[in-house]
Amino acid sequence: MPHRLVVVGASLAGLRAVEGARSAGYQGEISLVGEELWAPYDRTSLAKAYLTEQNAEMVTLISDRELRDDLGVDLHLGERAQGLDLAARDVVTDRTRIRYDALVIATGATPRQLPGTEGLRGVSTLRTLDDARDVRTAMDAGARVIIIGAGFIGSEVASAAHKRGLSVTLIEAMPTPLSRSVGPAVGEMLTDLHREAGTAVRLGVGVEQVLHANGQVTGVRLADGSVVEADLVVAGLGVTPATGWLGAAVDLHRDGGIVCDASLATSVPGIWAAGDVAHAPQALFDGELMRLEHWTNAAEQGSLAGRNAVSRQEPELLDSVPYFWSDWYGHRVQFVGTPGADEVLLVGPPGPGAIALYRRGNRVVGALTVDRQRVVMKLRRRIADAGDWDEAVTFARELDVLAVTR
Amino acid sequence: MKIAADVDTCQGLGMCEAMAPDFFEVGEDGYVDVLDAAPAEEHRKHVMAAVAACPVSALRLAG
Repeated sequence: MPHRLVVVGASLAGLRAVEGARSAGYQGEISLVGEELWAPYDRTSLAKAYLTEQNAEMVTLISDRELRDDLGVDLHLGERAQGLDLAARDVVTDRTRIRYDALVIATGATPRQLPGTEGLRGVSTLRTLDDARDVRTAMDAGARVIIIGAGFIGSEVASAAHKRGLSVTLIEAMPTPLSRSVGPAVGEMLTDLHREAGTAVRLGVGVEQVLHANGQVTGVRLADGSVVEADLVVAGLGVTPATGWLGAAVDLHRDGGIVCDASLATSVPGIWAAGDVAHAPQALFDGELMRLEHWTNAAEQGSLAGRNAVSRQEPELLDSVPYFWSDWYGHRVQFVGTPGADEVLLVGPPGPGAIALYRRGNRVVGALTVDRQRVVMKLRRRIADAGDWDEAVTFARELDVLAVTR
Repeated sequence: MKIAADVDTCQGLGMCEAMAPDFFEVGEDGYVDVLDAAPAEEHRKHVMAAVAACPVSALRLAG
């Protein structure tokens, strides 16, 4: 076993890497480096309860004390990794150098910013606790809200603003939101959840200019010349893997993610990657290389990378079905598997109660549900077993008679 | 080995059912039903995986 494990990235994947290493019986030193000041916390709650519930605090996953005392971690919080010295086997931070024998990279991803808005008040992304505090403060003050990008984060923020009774406009440059995540037909169906709630939705129109006065945002001008006024503009434009600090130390994918094998090993022996940064082949989907930005993926990959990093045995291989959920206007959207399909079939009603199945060849490879908590994991099992398409459709039609959850 | 589920914390996300469907299921109300709260020792690995997988830490295992 290595003498010192270093984990860079102190969010969910990094925490699970630490826990995975300890659960595998590793008793050596562990250093955990995190750019933010806080011990790992739950990012998924930031766009949900944190924005909508009075006095909601951040959901901590573990305390500094538990990390130090129970998991024996040498904590480097508020410290930014700046590079890897492969020859010396050092992680170089803005404060020190940390020697590693095994390294797990779990630095996550950075949200894309709206161009030309740096330093402007009232413009934010939603990734960190600091972002969420800014957004919440503006919402508390009754801000008129614009969300740019109708993906899952943007949609959750729109839903939170709507729940507070704020004026909210959702703007998306693509004609159909979420096409890449769930396919165009299902993306259109989900967008109706916004419309039915009364959220203004503007599709297929880009932002030409962010308007401001005295350093505070006042609205946006769209490509069609129209102006929407706002006190808060939240950008949900997707993320890029936070790997700039690595230079060319490990092999990167063209999107900046880290190329891994099925055990999450990178191109450099002794270095592993997990979570939003990692491209890994999915055995279930013919070895397709996927980089996933889901809670469950970060948890599972973090744990696996941590175990493999400290193990002397044959590494364990990834074996899971991608899964994410999102809550909009009191509706639960859930997706299992992959949207990369030859056909998408809607079983049951559109909107609340929907079950959409994704076919590749004669297999079922994905399922999306709305308010179908009882159903989705039963479909997941079919997907995990590379189940026959016709059987899955029949099964879903039988499940359709089960009550809608909400 | 005894399973305890905190239904006030549960969000019905179903990871427990994915990991150990013989012991957990998302029920009609959208929250977890524990199908067998005292699993035999031979099922420990799956039940522990289910408990660990809960995104909101609503499950505990005693014994």
